[in-house]
Amino acid sequence: MNTADQYLKAIYLIQDVEDGPASTGALADMLDVSPASANEMIGKLEDRGLADHEKYKGVRLTEEGIVRARDALQTYCIIERFLANVLDVEEFQDEARELEAVIDDTVAERLDTIIDRNPNCPDCFDAEADACRELEIECEKPAD
Amino acid sequence: MSVSHRVGSDHQLARLLQIGIVLEEVVEARAHHHYQSLDPADLDPEIEALLADAAEESATHRERLEALIADLDAESIPFEDIETLVEAQYAQTKPEDFDGVLYDQLCNEETAYKFYDDLVSAIEASDARFTVDRERLLDTLRAIREEEAEGVEEVTKVMETRE
Repeated sequence: MNTADQYLKAIYLIQDVEDGPASTGALADMLDVSPASANEMIGKLEDRGLADHEKYKGVRLTEEGIVRARDALQTYCIIERFLANVLDVEEFQDEARELEAVIDDTVAERLDTIIDRNPNCPDCFDAEADACRELEIECEKPAD
Repeated sequence: MSVSHRVGSDHQLARLLQIGIVLEEVVEARAHHHYQSLDPADLDPEIEALLADAAEESATHRERLEALIADLDAESIPFEDIETLVEAQYAQTKPEDFDGVLYDQLCNEETAYKFYDDLVSAIEASDARFTVDRERLLDTLRAIREEEAEGVEEVTKVMETRE
């Protein structure tokens, strides 16, 4: 997944959680980049008609941006599911984040043929848990 | 979430090589099952040879990837389980016709080429030290990438002669 798609996906997820525009700071935090880098990419996404940026408010995806972000999220979901269900990786969220930049969507499509993904994907994705809702996530039990 | 296009550790490298192995497995199973599902009256020796070569090449690629993983400081995964899973999945799918088989094989080769090309770039962009010799790693992956490129060419030629 290329860098622009990773940004689009992150903006989409932040917008979903915040129910509003994504701030540059939140975006930079999520992607673990500097706010300057985030601003630079936001400018590129604006130039390509994929996002609108309003000073002091944040960035919102355009309709075209949303379509691309959802495709990127689907690719990410495939990577998470593949790691969890096929390779039995317990820390599939961490590993998916590490690997997403190197896995192209055409490669993900092939991996997708051996996993049973929810037809509603990527609406199955829980932005706050950073994982597909269909995947079982082991949570730490609260102390008594 | 990271925007880094680099491979930074033995663990991450091993995982990517494992994905390569599964991809090869998928490619092989897909070619085999699709061909087997065709009407015997339609079988064509040229395509049969092409798919047999592709399957053999995939098996060799898997072995070379496995040899690299064995030298890395990382946990292995149960490949037998994956083989069973892939087999089961492809026993249920059928292409519509010959052209479907060839087109699918072209996608297989192109996808594999893209995977190795991205992987080689990500390793080249990294200054991480791996347990496995860097030159051996890159030589192996570049050679596999080259064979995938040749595969794309071969399938394209066969498709052109059938037009």
